[in-house]
Amino acid sequence: MYVAVKGGEKAIDNAHSWMSEIRRGDPSVPNVSLNQITEQLTLGVDRVMSEGSLYDKDLAALAIKQSRGDLIEAIFLLRAYRTTLKRFSYSKPIDTANMLCLRRISATFKDIPGGQKLGPTFDYTHRLLDFKLLAENETPLSPTQQFENKKVPHVLSFLNQEDLMQKEKDNNLDPIDITREPISFPTSRAARLQALSRGDEGFLLGLAYSTQRGYARNHAFVGELRIGLVEIELNIPELGFDINVAEIILTECETVNQFQGSKIEPPQFTRGYGLVFGQTERKALAMALIDRALRWKELGEDYSGAPAQDEEFVISHCDNIQATGFLEHIKLPHYVDFQSELELIRKIRADAKRNVKRL
Amino acid sequence: MNDMSKDKNIDIQIYNFAYLDENTKRMIRRALLKALCIPGYQVPFSSREMPMPYGWGTGGIQVTSACLIPKDVLKVIDQGADDTTNAVSIRKFFQKTANVAVTEKTSDASLIQTRHRIPETKLKEQQILVYQVPIPEPLRFLEPRETETRKMHALSEYGLMFVKLYEDIAKHGHIETAYAYPVKTNGNYVTDPSPIPKFDNPKMNNNPAIQLFGAGREQRIYAIPPYTNVKSLDFEDYPFEAMKANFKCSICGSSDSYLDEIIVSDDGKRSYICSDTDYCKEQTQLNSKEEDQ
Repeated sequence: MYVAVKGGEKAIDNAHSWMSEIRRGDPSVPNVSLNQITEQLTLGVDRVMSEGSLYDKDLAALAIKQSRGDLIEAIFLLRAYRTTLKRFSYSKPIDTANMLCLRRISATFKDIPGGQKLGPTFDYTHRLLDFKLLAENETPLSPTQQFENKKVPHVLSFLNQEDLMQKEKDNNLDPIDITREPISFPTSRAARLQALSRGDEGFLLGLAYSTQRGYARNHAFVGELRIGLVEIELNIPELGFDINVAEIILTECETVNQFQGSKIEPPQFTRGYGLVFGQTERKALAMALIDRALRWKELGEDYSGAPAQDEEFVISHCDNIQATGFLEHIKLPHYVDFQSELELIRKIRADAKRNVKRL
Repeated sequence: MNDMSKDKNIDIQIYNFAYLDENTKRMIRRALLKALCIPGYQVPFSSREMPMPYGWGTGGIQVTSACLIPKDVLKVIDQGADDTTNAVSIRKFFQKTANVAVTEKTSDASLIQTRHRIPETKLKEQQILVYQVPIPEPLRFLEPRETETRKMHALSEYGLMFVKLYEDIAKHGHIETAYAYPVKTNGNYVTDPSPIPKFDNPKMNNNPAIQLFGAGREQRIYAIPPYTNVKSLDFEDYPFEAMKANFKCSICGSSDSYLDEIIVSDDGKRSYICSDTDYCKEQTQLNSKEEDQ
């Protein structure tokens, strides 16, 4: 009797050692190396880095290996590691106009200064399983595989010249760091963009899709989508100048959205903005659409009650580490609460029965 | 044994005492002090990602981490028991990262982290009870928006809550809340007691211990200072009523402690045992002493 909750400690140890064994799989199959993950599962690594909000390919690969390919679990591992790191400085803002592009497309202009560049993309591939990959020794070669070696201007800057594009104003405030300060609502666009950039790809995708289907519809043109290398610069006060501390790959998406104009402003194009670590195109697009939907108040648009317009709803629920933790906590014992519910429901049922008899 | 202590040293070297870095602890302590100054008020704090999932006690863990000192004696319970899986996991975490003494005895502990229960043994001055809180906002399920609920608290606009309780009585003859039963702290803020059964609510009132509440995912900390008035919401004609299964513990025979119902046979036979395992053990020992005499 009374064995149900005993032995927790031993059960945990046993479960974990079993899990380690299963994680390794059949020992006659070679162990997957971190190099293999960073080189061949690159987009998975990029997703883990972006939602883990820590740019480190090797750690992301380690997390993917440790989590048996469960990317949300991998993101969690990276986040938990990230919080233990010292914050010794903030980098200078990245200028994405200086990006050396791997890919750069615009859906608004056929020809753009600097040219369109498809880069390594799944777009226009036929989604047919490639059985050649079953042979493990293939080494495909491509004649063109270079990053651009010169910077190219942002496509939207050409619309800026005509004043057709709403100018983004710098409010000269230091943006909050949402990993160091709690968000309170209503919040700033800077805080929203931070939350979206590390938000769950699936959640953002669904919400962005909902805006396309009419829930806060605001048709978005992809003004520009660019993926490439940017430099991270740090100002060292002791040295008195900036030094380049890293090069990272970013995906940036700027959408051009219609704006009917309001009482105070003439019609103008407006921008939705997405910026994400790594090659994370779907996420950056979704982020831009949601950013734009969330700007309704600032632009004097109507609130249609759509989920994607609801800042508190979107930002409070986009983080998959918060979401998965709370969702999965219902696996924990709830004996006590359930017991109190049992007592209550028995009492209410007994009362109801008594009342029926009385009738 | 040697291996274990070696491992411990390694962990202590890698991480700061009790895991969190000192700056983070300072941030949490500031929030705790503010919370103690404004009993029942939910103080936003910059909750950190912990190596356990949100929803699994990260708020309580951060509060414990910020409060722990090397000479502390820690007790961790979940559902009243020291040996439930998550309690084991959290206790191990602090043994590993803070190397503090641990105990199962309520009266020996200087800091108790709990999920869903208040120990049966009366707490004393100098003790700290840290609650793990999933949803710190008692008004959340009446109004999901934080922007609204913060206003409601600021204006003491608690009509909605009383209407809910009234409707329960009108429909069912009872208030339909069995756990996480809302309280009013120090006559001011309506506060969520965390999902403790309402049986435990009266223990919060005028308690000599410090009661701290941490909600990690929701980034909120609140507190009830020692000897503070904590009143469960009710009506004059429908007074609050603590509730438990009307049985005796089948191990220690206690009839005044909160009981868990367990199914003991395939045909669904029930038995009842104390949810507070330490209290149950104590009562059993007392009983056997009496028998000896």
